Formats: sequence, structure tokens, C-alpha cells
Amino acid sequence: MNFASKQTAAQPSRPTCLPWPREVVDRAGWLAMVESLAKGERALLSLWGESSCVHMALLEQREPPLRIVTLECPDGAFPSVGRLHPPASRLERAIHDLYGLKPEGASDQRPWLDHGRWGVRQPCGARQEIDTTCDRYEFLRAEGEPLHQIPVGPVHAGIIEPGHFRFSANGETVVRLEERLGFAHKGIDQLMSGASIERAAQIAARVSGDSTVAYSLAFAQAIEAAFDVNVPPRAIYLRALMAELERLANHFGDIGGICNDAAFSLMQAHCNLVRERILREAASAFGHRLMMDRITPGGTLVDLKPESATALYAMTDWIALMTPRLIALFGDTTSLQDRTVGTGFVSEALVKQYACGGYVGRASGRAFDARKAIGYAPYPHLAFEVGASNEGDVDARVWVRFDEIRASLKIVRQILDETPEGPIIAAWALPDDWTREGAALVEGFRGDIFVWLRMRADGVVQRCHLRDPSWFQWPLLEAAIKDNIVADFPLCNKSFNCSYSGHDL
Amino acid sequence: MQKFLLQGLLRSALTEQAPTPDAASMAELGYTLERTARAKLGRSLSIREVDAGSCNGCELEIHALNNAYYDLERFGIRFVASPRHADVLLVTGPVTKNMREALERTYAATPDPKWVIAVGDCAFDGGVFCGSYACIGAVAKVVPVDLHIRGCPPDPTTLLKGLIAFVDNMQ
Repeated sequence: MNFASKQTAAQPSRPTCLPWPREVVDRAGWLAMVESLAKGERALLSLWGESSCVHMALLEQREPPLRIVTLECPDGAFPSVGRLHPPASRLERAIHDLYGLKPEGASDQRPWLDHGRWGVRQPCGARQEIDTTCDRYEFLRAEGEPLHQIPVGPVHAGIIEPGHFRFSANGETVVRLEERLGFAHKGIDQLMSGASIERAAQIAARVSGDSTVAYSLAFAQAIEAAFDVNVPPRAIYLRALMAELERLANHFGDIGGICNDAAFSLMQAHCNLVRERILREAASAFGHRLMMDRITPGGTLVDLKPESATALYAMTDWIALMTPRLIALFGDTTSLQDRTVGTGFVSEALVKQYACGGYVGRASGRAFDARKAIGYAPYPHLAFEVGASNEGDVDARVWVRFDEIRASLKIVRQILDETPEGPIIAAWALPDDWTREGAALVEGFRGDIFVWLRMRADGVVQRCHLRDPSWFQWPLLEAAIKDNIVADFPLCNKSFNCSYSGHDL
Repeated sequence: MQKFLLQGLLRSALTEQAPTPDAASMAELGYTLERTARAKLGRSLSIREVDAGSCNGCELEIHALNNAYYDLERFGIRFVASPRHADVLLVTGPVTKNMREALERTYAATPDPKWVIAVGDCAFDGGVFCGSYACIGAVAKVVPVDLHIRGCPPDPTTLLKGLIAFVDNMQ
């Protein structure tokens, strides 16, 4: 589909966003929202800025499930959300770093993504060129005679992404962990602005490589919502197939990685066999091991051949055979249970306050799953159970992943059985007016990915906000490790497996 | 656990046994790699991976080199935890400005003789992140690069071939 040639005169923008409305509120309305967040009447889904306004996406307990509110900030400041509702704090710091909008009354005003090294301040707002420096960063203090600090990163010992962890420990026991992120900040907000749909889709697919399918799907759904595109049924099923294959591959990789961090490499060896087989089948069915750039606004770019479907049936049979064996290996190894049970506990109150999605939330009693809660197609037509636990420890986060593996296998089989024939991409007419807004909430393997975007009259993206689930999981890792021993940090960290790149943007 | 261990004893190795064209060429290439690495480095090649702001896609595929299908270690190539132990830095990502100093310091901490392999399209020229205020772009702009392995991300076979090309051309 050619998006590039269309040029139309600017027309007044439509007042609302699709499929969920966006309303402009005044200062009092904004403050009322903040107070209701603090009381737990609704949950914060995201908070993001533009040059002179801030937006907040909220998860409601009634229909419609999602609501977006906007506050104009002509004087470059807005009442802090984080002041009363701590989950917003890092998002606000990021808004200030990138757009220069000041959260009034925020308790933490340190920079977050900006380390002083870009040669520019507020790159997406009123740009100020600066000499590149390295900002001094004050870590929060932990005081007491026997305490010592352990700095870790940004280059870690394993093959993982960059980030810095500052431990304050009393002997072996962690008293405080403070994360410092932003090392993988690539300026995605700015790259998105002014990008064509094709280019924006490519960037969205590379926000977090392990969730490339989920991000592509979320971006595509936001575009399709904005332009009211009807995606062909076959494409809807194929997208879900890719999303579930991605989920399976990542969960097996994670379970293996968690066990390996408890020095049980046998489990990792076998989990990685399953993962590799999934990636190979994905490559043979869709032409790319991670299925990158296969989903496009309007549909998919590749079709599933009958022989690939047969191979995927065989693969799900094999995984269905392997999974109980792996579960037994995990569950019956008491030395492994000794490491995972009771380690890295996160309370239900915290995951609810942070609206923490994915296996981290579900392992601590927050059942939210966008596939059920939002119920985007084809999931309402499929039968599956989401994983759940109330234990909140590393062990629970492994078991929830096993639950999700079983659910995904069930979904994959249903998709293979039920995928209708037909076209794989919508033929949608180029609109007369490009000025549209759309949003989407998609369940990636790690949790719910939120996308909001506004198109400009000349057919390019004006602003695209991509919110990784890690934003609300990283802070809870700090809570999870408290009072655990330093040596259990890799175990806790892997059980969260937060994205650095997706968070840092 | 006994079941898994017994199976492991009784079953033939998964590595390289599957008679696909890929596996055959890999076995051959693997042999070349082992011989040349031994000739040049005596024993083995130690790799320190540095993520300079990648999307994590390259890391997933580099990880896969360690699974039983590719089993990188049988060629004497292994990943090490510290640049102090490394012969080669394997660098991914469009080198974010926030990671520049960390990359430079990792390079400085690697003892001579040392080599740098840039993995992925981002490490080659910044990839889709080219032109961002927050990225430097090519790894070669920060540290000298001996080899680029292209791909978004390169699959494990491509990575393996790249490593072989590297030892073949090592000065």
C-alpha cells in the first residue's frame, strides 16, 4: 500500500481518538483524576507529553475500559501525577527530559532518560543545545553503619541489555536497590514524529526486539482504529498466531533463563531447544525467526501456506508433549524450589497500585490480560485461561508462565483449526483527511503494550507514544529484591525480565 | 531429572546431526573455525558481548548460539563475563550517546590483542535509528571495528559464518 503520495490540505482535527475517546480537561479535572488514581478508583495506563500538553490514559472499572484525558499546559507545567500516585513518577521525569514540561510539586525531580550526553536538552520540546556533559546523578541514600554500596552496570556480565543497578547492602542482604535506566534511549519519540506509516511501523517493530510482533500489532491496531480499517479475518488470525508463537518462544526462554540463574542449566538447555524449534518454524512459516516486520497496518505481509500449518501442528504436538516433562523437571527439583519459593516477593497491593501487567501482575493476584479485558479480535472467539497466582514470588512467576504456555498452545491449535480463507491485507481507501488519532492496547508476552498516535494532515505521524509494560514493572523489581540476598538478584531480575530498550525508548 | 539425564545419555546429540543442508555446511564451517582459531590464538576465542543500545533482537540470536543446535563452545569460542578476559568485543546497537562512554571504557579494559565485531544493521550504520539526536550510529565511529555481521537481527547461522570469516581474516 502506498501511503506516501497522498497530500491533502489541513482540515480541522477530529475531536476524538478511536476507539477510545480523548477529552480535554481543565486543571481541576486533571487533579480530580490524579486523586481518583491515588484512591485506586482507576488505574494509570500511561502518561505522555507533547510540545504543550500532557495526556493520561486510564483504565476504568466500567465501559469504555479505557479513557484518555488531556491537559493543555501553555505555561510549560502541569500538576504532578506522581506526587499522589508514585507509578507516574518516572513517566513524568521522562516527559520533563524530552518535552521540557515540568511536573509541579513532583517529589522526584531528577532527570531520568537524559544523562546529559545528547548535546541537547528537551529534544522534543523547546530544544536547547548544550555542551555534552555527564550529569551527576544523586542516588537515594541508605544510611547506617554497616551498609555498603554495590554498583552494577550499565555493561552486565551476561548477554543482556544495558542498565545500572545500585545496591545498598547490609552484608548479604539488600536494603535498597535503585535502578538507573535510560542507557538504551534511542530517541524513538522524535524519530516517529514526521515518519511515514511504513517507516513508523519499522521503528515500532524495533522498540523491543523480543516483543516485535506485539509492538507491530499494537501500532497496526492504532492506525486501523484511527482510519477505521476493517482487517480481513484471515489476517486477524495470522497476527494472533504470530503473537502466540512469540509468547511461547519468550516464555520458554525466560523459564530456562530463570533456572539457569539458579544454576540449574539442565532446564535451560531443554527450554532453549523448544525455543529454537519455535523460532525455526516461525522462520519457515513467516520468513523471519522473530517475525519482525510481518504485520502491517491493514493486515499481514505474509500468508501461511498449508504445509507450514501442518508443520505448526506437529510443533504444537511436540511442545504439548515436552511441557509436562519440563513442568515435572521444574517442580520436582527441590534444590531449585529452594531458590525460587519465597524469593523476590511482590505484594498484590503493589501490583494493583502500579497496574502492573503480564506475568509479574498475574503472579501477584492482578488478573489483567488485554486479550480478555479489551478483547480484541480474534481472542473473544477463542477459549483459553490466563495464568494466575497469588504467591507473588519467583516461583509463582515461573508457574504463571507455564500456565500461559498451556493457554498459548491451546490458542495456536484453535487458530490453526479455525483460520478462515481469504485476503490477508485490507484494501482501504486513502482518506481525504489524514488528521486522525488512534490507540491500542495489546498483550505482549511481557504485559500490555499501549500505543497512541496522531496522524498529521500531510499523511505522516505527528506523534506516536509507545508505552512498554516494563514502565510499571521496573519499580516493583526494586520492591521485590528488598531483604533478599544480593546473590538472588539475577534470579529476581530474570523472573521479571523487564525490557530496557522498550522502557528507554 | 533422572529421565532427562538418562535420555541425554541414550539419545544421539541434537547438535549437527539433523541432515539438513544448513547443518552440513555448518559442521564444515565449524571445523574451519576451530582450526584457524587454534592456529591464531592457540586455544580459544573469548567473546565479551556489549549491548550499546540495541533493541535486544541481536542479543536473542547471540544467545541462541549457545543452545544445543549451534553449541558455539565446541568450536572453542565462548562468552566471558568480563572484558578483561576477552579477545573479541561483540557490539550491538546504534551506540546510544548514553552508552558511548561505557563502550569506550569496555574497549579500554580489554587487553591487547583485541578485535571488535559489530553485529546487526544498527551497529553497521545506525539502522532505523540513524539520524537520532540520541544515537551515534555506527560502532566504527566509537571504536575500531574489524568485522561487521549484518542482519536485523542476523540469525545464528549468519553469526557463526561471520565469526568464521573473522578468524580467517584475523591479522
